[in-house]
Amino acid sequence: MKIAIIDYKAGNIKSVEAALQRLGCDTTLTKDIEIIKSADKVIFPGVGHASATLSALKAANLDKLIPELTQPVLGICLGMQMMCKYSEEGNTQGLGIFDVNVVKFQAVNNEKIPHMGWNQISSLKTPLFNDIPEKSYMYFVHSYMVPVFKDTAAECGYCQQFSASIARNNFYGCQFHPEKSGKFGLKILENFIKL
Amino acid sequence: MLAKRIIACLDVKDGQTVKGVSFENLRYAGDPVELGKIYSEQGIDELVYLDITATNEGRKQIYSLVESVAKNLSIPFTIGGGISSVEDAENLLIHGADKVSVNSAAVKNPQLVSDLAEKFGKQFVVVAIDAKTINNEWIVHTHGGKRPTDKELYSWAKEMENRGAGEILFTSMDHDGHQTGFANESLAKLSDMLSIPIIASGGAGTMEHFRDAFLIGKADAALAASVFHFGQISVPELKNYLANQNIQIRK
Repeated sequence: MKIAIIDYKAGNIKSVEAALQRLGCDTTLTKDIEIIKSADKVIFPGVGHASATLSALKAANLDKLIPELTQPVLGICLGMQMMCKYSEEGNTQGLGIFDVNVVKFQAVNNEKIPHMGWNQISSLKTPLFNDIPEKSYMYFVHSYMVPVFKDTAAECGYCQQFSASIARNNFYGCQFHPEKSGKFGLKILENFIKL
Repeated sequence: MLAKRIIACLDVKDGQTVKGVSFENLRYAGDPVELGKIYSEQGIDELVYLDITATNEGRKQIYSLVESVAKNLSIPFTIGGGISSVEDAENLLIHGADKVSVNSAAVKNPQLVSDLAEKFGKQFVVVAIDAKTINNEWIVHTHGGKRPTDKELYSWAKEMENRGAGEILFTSMDHDGHQTGFANESLAKLSDMLSIPIIASGGAGTMEHFRDAFLIGKADAALAASVFHFGQISVPELKNYLANQNIQIRK
């Protein structure tokens, strides 16, 4: 199984790369359009700032390519947020795969922002969550979030209910880091490569 | 709900764990990656590797350790010790560190914290503060607690938050090593003052101490070393206990 991990200097990708390799995948960290197109699966990682990420994607023409991909694509954290229509972070246009805006958390009860640490996911939909128990804990680090909308595939509660995961056609997103979420996180990555 | 985190800290020198660690009569010395794996399987939420290597030559071994931890563990981990520049931090990031912790270097050059937050994001930057009370005032110390500074804990913590610290790891030198509980009053004050997570460190001796750090100290996470390493408290037992005290814990 060939997995392309989109390379736009998105911070820490060692763990996701290693987890996929342990699952027997052949991973390539790349921004080469042909390699990404021909991969069986694509991982769109993300740590950093939305507007800087959009510039990096545009510079490599990946902003056009990603929405046209037909194989399963998994956006992680900022990668998921970039697949949405728009982000309040730096007033940034997203790739528009999901018809929803990314908004900043608003504390309602003095919650600390960023939302950092282990939190529970629920209302699990899609095969990504096969064999994942409701209320499993996943590791989150983020200040912006996708509200619950029609393509929400898992929910989490912090300040309000928000999308822990989204899915539409061949596009999947996880707000949490499956590669940092222990055995259930690894199971989600395994489910993704089985799609 | 967001869970309170339990963090184990491992001291590393020249790429090896310094103190021996016992788990129910099994004694593991040396390999920090194997130890990390054991803690991870036991349910620890995060790990901190503190590099206490004194030589520059030895320091380089931290990179292969970081890479190996990133490849073998699927929980977040922080690297601390000897990080004094953006380049040091970037090298750790490239090798797979989730966060870096800065202490003495932040006191020497507070701008470093701003630079790290701007370049890598706040989530990458933990500021560790060692402090002890002198004449009823919490005085920040550097160099492993050896050198007093002219900084006072609360104003220093606030400055670090303003500069972009993502978390504060507060070690009370008054409590560290005594196993009589964390500095709960000061922790609560920090937690109320700041809007970033506070990690309690120094003083863990019993499971009740962890409960108090969360309920009285309002800490977001609690860190310990020897009580875990020498098997005084097992991570699964601690998590069961805390869950029974109605504290939100990942199990």
